[in-house]
Amino acid sequence: MGFDTTIAALQSGDIALWLPLAWAALLGTAVALYVILDGFDLGLGILFPVMPAEDDRDVMMNTVAPFWDGNETWLVLGGGGLFVAFPKAYAIIMPAVYLPLIIMLLALVFRGVAFEFRWVSKPQHWFWDLAFAWGSITAAFMQGVILGTLLQGVRVTDGAFSGGALDWLTPFALFCGLAIVAGYALLAATWLVMKTEGEIRIAARGYALMLLPLVLLAMAVVSLWTPLTIPRIAERWFTMPNLLYLSPVPIALLGSAFVCARGLRGRTDIAPFVGALGIFLLGFLGLVISNAPYLVPTALTVWEAAAPVKSQWFMFVGTIVLLPIILGYTVFIYYTFRGKVRHGAGYH
Amino acid sequence: MDIDVTLLARAQFAFTIAFHIIFPSFTIGLAAFIATLLVRWRFTGEPHIHRLARFWTKIFAVSFAMGVVSGIVLSYQIGTNWSRFSVVVGPVLGPLLGYEVLTAFFLEATFLGVMLFGWNRVSPTFHVAAAVLVAIGTSMSAFWILAANSWMQTPAGHIIRNGIAEPADWWAIIFNPSFPYRFAHMFTACYLTTSLVVMAVGARYLIAGRFEREAHTMLRMGLGMVALLAPLQLVIGDAHGLNTLEYQPAKVAAMEAHWDGSKPGDLVLFAIPNSVTERNDYAITIPGLASFVLTHDFNGKFKGLKDFKKEDRPPILPVFFAFRIMVGLGLLMIGVGLVGAYLWARGQLLKARWYLYPAQFLWPTGFIAILAGWWVTETGRQPWIATGILRTADAISPVSFGAVLTTLVLFVIVYGIVFSMGLLYINRLIEHGPSGSAIHVDEAVPSRPLAAATEAARDAGRASKTPKGK
Ligand code: HDD
Ligand code: HEM
Ligand code: HEM
Repeated sequence: MGFDTTIAALQSGDIALWLPLAWAALLGTAVALYVILDGFDLGLGILFPVMPAEDDRDVMMNTVAPFWDGNETWLVLGGGGLFVAFPKAYAIIMPAVYLPLIIMLLALVFRGVAFEFRWVSKPQHWFWDLAFAWGSITAAFMQGVILGTLLQGVRVTDGAFSGGALDWLTPFALFCGLAIVAGYALLAATWLVMKTEGEIRIAARGYALMLLPLVLLAMAVVSLWTPLTIPRIAERWFTMPNLLYLSPVPIALLGSAFVCARGLRGRTDIAPFVGALGIFLLGFLGLVISNAPYLVPTALTVWEAAAPVKSQWFMFVGTIVLLPIILGYTVFIYYTFRGKVRHGAGYH
Repeated sequence: MDIDVTLLARAQFAFTIAFHIIFPSFTIGLAAFIATLLVRWRFTGEPHIHRLARFWTKIFAVSFAMGVVSGIVLSYQIGTNWSRFSVVVGPVLGPLLGYEVLTAFFLEATFLGVMLFGWNRVSPTFHVAAAVLVAIGTSMSAFWILAANSWMQTPAGHIIRNGIAEPADWWAIIFNPSFPYRFAHMFTACYLTTSLVVMAVGARYLIAGRFEREAHTMLRMGLGMVALLAPLQLVIGDAHGLNTLEYQPAKVAAMEAHWDGSKPGDLVLFAIPNSVTERNDYAITIPGLASFVLTHDFNGKFKGLKDFKKEDRPPILPVFFAFRIMVGLGLLMIGVGLVGAYLWARGQLLKARWYLYPAQFLWPTGFIAILAGWWVTETGRQPWIATGILRTADAISPVSFGAVLTTLVLFVIVYGIVFSMGLLYINRLIEHGPSGSAIHVDEAVPSRPLAAATEAARDAGRASKTPKGK
């Protein structure tokens, strides 16, 4: 099963065939937006331990304070969208990643309330500094673990998860966790280069220069590890003519890395962040290519997992109308709060 | 699946959702209150109204953050705890929750940023509009989630195919039989709860002799709403009960502790229902009154618990007692509203310390009534997770006892810390009061273009009385 089925599904015009694909594309968009938006948001917490000065931390939080809730809503849309469009996949994935998922949610609780609690508790805010840092680090790590677990495949019998509570505890999944932590930290460092000035910006630039090679190395490891251990992924990438069609993806990824690195060296504001976004989005695209059309690798394809057409359609119509509106006002809010954030007391 | 896992998963879900609902109950009403204050300020320009709006926005921000993080947990818990549930009713419920995300969560989450950080950065009109949009978002959220919950109580508009509920008529699904009642009752409950908090804070300042101008406004706005909404809530609740009698008779039998359906029902003021002997111990009753309330006839009959097989009955004790707590608090609120309105009409409200003193402790009553009400509704639905479609015991995920126990303990610890700190901070903000540095507006947000700066200067001029600085 591969591209041919996908293309045939699109050509057939049969709603039961193309609608699940359209949904998978929508869901992929939501997850990609989540990863980049909450990515830099969580990344700020990951950078907290290396940015110890209180006013620097104030500024870091202020760069994202108006947006963090909106950023996290994409996570709700990702989970909600899976529930809506592919309830069978939702029912397998959630129990399969039970512990990492709940730990991630609890970590998000800590770092989410820290946005408010840190200000109200000043000057005794040390606890919420810790909560913000460790909440962000744990949440990012667990997201990587969840990703790794799904890439490796979970045990499924009769449409239900049949593995154990600790199946996710593998070297590969843990490695993915570390990779995501490094990646989010890179996003955040380049975000700070764009949104701040002075000392913070200089420090952030230094960290970004250190993180960029680390992230590329981690991506290289994952790109070798998966095809070496999972034959279907090797076949997807390394057979002709796929190799030709797909080669632009890694090439564009290297291009993004180049934009990022050059921006950092040339001390420009925006290019490093744009380059980092490119790295993330192309990496995500690579994962999609490796696994399409599976939603739960090798257990369920998008068609097998799909909700009844009537459910998918009802929600699809609304999503097509509402998603552009949501994107519109999200961009508008980012625009409203554009520009550099300076030192100074918070709004609190 | 193991029955113990089901019980643990229920306990965990009940714990996290009960924690969550505390915050929406408050923020739905508070968003509307702040929007009202800001609109009023735009028209009158009164500085103390602006101070009040800023003060409550600060408290709103803290509560909203707790509502958001606990809500995100819930949206995933449906899958982690009730994966069979997601498969069987997902096709119907999923889109309702999906629309909640698209029409409500994004709206409130995005404009919240402007509401909290836009005081100086955007024009006052845009800022007020953002507050109104946040209020609309919270109400839409309640609309969709209550439609989902009501469908689980009284399913309609679906067909069962291969054991899975598939949608047939979306209109019938959303506007299912209990939805209008539940929405009206819960919405009123949220406004009541917020009004009681506002009123209690006003009373607290008056007793302490602080912030008198703001305290008068709070007391009057809060009390006015309570006097209006508490009696209304009784009427809605009564209609809600009649609807429940029609669609979920076993739940009503448990609320009234009514065992024998062949006799008229007494209104049980107090009793300890005994499910072994199937009768009420230590009962104090008013004969026939339950029949009168439910059928408008003292000799009217309605189903008793014995009319249902044992395995189809909800647990009676929690339903029975929670119902009495809710109605008792509802009656208390009516009393508070009536007495307050009387004092107000006679011009004695601000001096009546005997009334204001206890009034400052009323703030938790709304929350307790809401939790009690949900306890009635959700426990009364047992043993079904979706009435007549799926039993709770069949809805559980294939997760292990140890995993659920571990996470339950983690939830209790984490929520315990976060919740008590949150309460502490809210109390600290209230202690600080509206004229302190409740909201200190400064260059926190990105440096802004000149045009907006002039606008903000105008804004600051308008609210010139607002003290600034820590
Ligand atoms: C859309 C779904 C939904 C909504 C809006 C609510 N619930 Fe619920 N509730 C459930 C979906 C649900 C559930 C998934 O269906 C549970 C889990 C086990 C069960 O039987 O129902 C449940 C159980 C459950 C229990 C345990 C009952 C028992 O197992 O004996 C309590 C105490 C509550 N809920 C409380 C609440 C509160 C305080 C809510 C306030 C908003 C609430 N529920 C809204
Ligand atoms: C199973 C039940 C529920 C689930 C799965 C759920 C899910 C969620 C989620 C994911 C959020 C965070 C959204 C964000 O990022 O902004 C949230 C917040 C919210 N929920 Fe719930 N919710 C449930 C019950 C309820 C009920 C019954 C109500 C209202 C009557 C409600 C009203 C709200 C409101 C107003 C918010 C905004 C945050 C706040 O005001 O504190 N929810 N909910
Ligand atoms: C004063 C008389 C009241 C009556 C007669 C009444 C009646 C009812 C009934 C019959 C139910 C259960 C409906 C069902 O499960 O099908 C219910 C639920 C509920 N009640 Fe009340 N109630 C009253 C007061 C209050 C007050 C003061 C509050 C809160 C401030 C409140 C909040 C709730 C909530 C949150 C629920 C659960 C949601 C729902 O099913 O609507 N009630 N009430």
